[in-house]
Amino acid sequence: MPDIGVRNFAGSINSPNPFWLASAPPTNTGEMIMRAFDAGWGGAVWKTIGEPITNVSSRYSATDWNGQRIMGFNNIELISDRTVEQNLSEMAGVKKRYPKNAVIASLMVASTREAWHEIVTRTEDAGADGLELNFGCPHGMSERGMGSAVGQVPEYAQMITEWVKEKARTPVLVKLTPNISDIRTVARAAKRGGADGLSAINTINSITGIDLDTFVPRPNVDGKSSHGGYCGPAVKPIALNMVQQILADPESALPLSGIGGIGSWRDAAEFLLLGCGTVQVCTAVMHFGYRIVEDMAEGLDNWMREKGFETLEDLRGLSLNRVTEWKHLNLNYKIVARIDEQKCIGCDLCHIACWDGAHQCIHLDRVTGPVDGHVELHRTPAAKEAESRASIAETPVTRRERAVAFAPGPYATPLERIPRVDETECVGCNLCSLVCPVDDCITMVPVDTGLKPETWDERTRRAACVTQVRQP
Amino acid sequence: MSTAALPHDEQLRVRFGELKPALTAQAAVIEADRCLNCFDAPCTAACPTHIDVPGFIKRIASGNLRGSALRILDANILGASCARVCPVDVLCEGACVLTRQNRKPIQIGQLQRHAMDAFWASAEAVPVAASGTHNLRVACIGGGPASLACAAELRRKGARATVIERRELPGGLNTYGVAEYKLRAADSVREVEMIRRLGVEFRCGMEVDSAAALEALEAEFDFVFLGLGLGAMQRLNVPGEDAEGVMNALELIAAYKTGHLRELHGTVVVVGAGNTAIDAANAARRLGADTVYMLYRRSESEMSAFEFEYEHAKQEGVQFLWRRQPVAIGRDERERLLLETVQVREADGKLEVIPDSQAAIACDLVVPAIGQSPLTEILRELRGVEVHDGKIVADRATGRTGNPKYYAGGDCVNGGREVVDAVAGGRRAAHAMLKAVEVVHA
Repeated sequence: MPDIGVRNFAGSINSPNPFWLASAPPTNTGEMIMRAFDAGWGGAVWKTIGEPITNVSSRYSATDWNGQRIMGFNNIELISDRTVEQNLSEMAGVKKRYPKNAVIASLMVASTREAWHEIVTRTEDAGADGLELNFGCPHGMSERGMGSAVGQVPEYAQMITEWVKEKARTPVLVKLTPNISDIRTVARAAKRGGADGLSAINTINSITGIDLDTFVPRPNVDGKSSHGGYCGPAVKPIALNMVQQILADPESALPLSGIGGIGSWRDAAEFLLLGCGTVQVCTAVMHFGYRIVEDMAEGLDNWMREKGFETLEDLRGLSLNRVTEWKHLNLNYKIVARIDEQKCIGCDLCHIACWDGAHQCIHLDRVTGPVDGHVELHRTPAAKEAESRASIAETPVTRRERAVAFAPGPYATPLERIPRVDETECVGCNLCSLVCPVDDCITMVPVDTGLKPETWDERTRRAACVTQVRQP
Repeated sequence: MSTAALPHDEQLRVRFGELKPALTAQAAVIEADRCLNCFDAPCTAACPTHIDVPGFIKRIASGNLRGSALRILDANILGASCARVCPVDVLCEGACVLTRQNRKPIQIGQLQRHAMDAFWASAEAVPVAASGTHNLRVACIGGGPASLACAAELRRKGARATVIERRELPGGLNTYGVAEYKLRAADSVREVEMIRRLGVEFRCGMEVDSAAALEALEAEFDFVFLGLGLGAMQRLNVPGEDAEGVMNALELIAAYKTGHLRELHGTVVVVGAGNTAIDAANAARRLGADTVYMLYRRSESEMSAFEFEYEHAKQEGVQFLWRRQPVAIGRDERERLLLETVQVREADGKLEVIPDSQAAIACDLVVPAIGQSPLTEILRELRGVEVHDGKIVADRATGRTGNPKYYAGGDCVNGGREVVDAVAGGRRAAHAMLKAVEVVHA
């Protein structure tokens, strides 16, 4: 049975699994965190502790998509609105009752050495297993010189990390903001400052939407709004990219706790494959509750078993070196789309996607006779549609008419609606397979080009060599 | 258009409550989001009026309900009633590609209704094309769906149209012949009112039944569109069928929808097994009949009613007597109707009576519903309009008859199909007439 426990993350942090709650509303109080641990969470990063703030209402807004709630989530809530004393006394209680779970204190105080020294000492005295420096909060706190105001200036980030390291006895993680042109600049600064690990990414500056009746963006606070921090499923691709950037850069790379749109074991596995040691979750818990961790742990366990991984270290970072610069990709690798006639349901979305969004190589010509070649040889989608509109259809009112109208053919879908790929023109872009609503109906199949692998880098370098050789 | 001729009857409302309640606004959006938005969608192709189904559905999803309704109305001016009466299982929903993935088809009819209900609620008028106004004048004889669609399309394209209806209210079977739990007569009249507001003229209570009447129309109008529908229902041709207590299916439906028939008791026998027969049988149950039989001379697998209508009738408590046909209608000693029947079987493609299979059913009402025979009287008056097999012969794509002055569409041409087929036929004829004028003027 695989072991999904985390050992000595960033030096000395242990947790029974890699699933931590991110510093956010689900980790607001000791009571909440203890319920989360009961549900199965391995660790929790305490809602950021600092001088108590006053929040506004409302605080959240979301982006729904295609009937699904919360594709993306946005908040303008600040750090903890409870006193340092309250938070730390509860933290001591939690640590006493749950010694095996990781309790990380997220911290944000004024940018003075004294303030940071004091909070570090008090927090560690309360029993925190590690510290997470919140250099990422993109709203409110940044206007007061904290949060992303620090995280966007490498020099500040390094300086404060150094101050913290002067006092800290537990591992120090720096939480990075994505609201910067190159996240590595601050990751490097944190590393120079002595950080033991990193957390990434914090939320992304956002305005989720505008009420088309009142014209006020969401969330509406008495007729006005403010930019917030975006998270949830929508940000995962951005987070994965930044995680990869950090971990592929020797000057940035540190033990990393991955954050951004994680809601399932699949998401978590992807962050681990890029090299994260733990993952943090917030939005999915705010949507569905602590209980989601059960499937995350079980699913990860099952997948590891299926793949033969015994520990998280067996899989950590396996995909990192599969990301490279574009110039190192093989230009001579070719795939083409193949449509499974048995599975096709005849929606013909691949046809219109290929014509209007790609390379005009998926045609509806199985009945009229397949024609390979350039776009001019084919009937346009508009012409095809006009023909259908001009046809005469009647309600099949008799049994015989219905038998004809619904007569089964060789495939579930009438042949004239099953598209055909002209492989001579297909560039292998994947678009059709992405729009196809049926699993495994369109597959992208490698075809032998007869050419040796060659990258752009190799091609241009060889060209340069040839030019040099030719020169007298 | 006054609905004074229609009853405001609480009992009717309760007994014939809507079969399918409307979708809520959110349910409609969720359902609309399920639609794949197929290219050249099969649902659109299957619809006789080729409504842009994904187009109107995606407008529901985006919250553009006005655009959705107008998209529907562009193709089918009777979009509201079609949403309720169309046999969607064998049309748009039957063609939905999701069924091939073992998923439920999109509820296209319900979504169409949602868009149309919103349009009604907004009390907006259907836009009429400002350009292209010309002096083409067309008379549409018959006030049913074919004529309404033809007239509305002509009007929207700038021509003038007059609908001539012999009954008090226009709408044809939409008003008088559709089961009330699918489409209320008042809703049909409301839809007609929308067409009237387009500027279509209505002459109701006017029978065109003489050569003189036709000549007058020919003099007043450039074209005459024949949207006559079908004539009286076929007779059973058995002794005693003119007895009191025999009422054909369309009479029964019109009578209860207009408040002239409020209650039934005892046993009702409907003869036939088509969709109208089922509407009549279900109505008899809902009007209070204890026992309703449907008598059909063939078997279950040969009945012409749609499968879903048959299922519905069984749920309503209608009982079926297969391979049995009436031979006479008499009265028993207690003066109840006595329907004499025999069992039949098929031999060499013909039905033959099984000896000693007589059975008499004591009942209170006999409802013949064995198909409708075309109205031929008036057609004999029309010069050059060919009639074959009881149907007006007209070009399928244009509705043009043998006489270039006359176009035709709907049941009188297709022998009796659905409302949506009539709309399509009327609309095609409208386009053909407009084109004919363009050609002449060009």
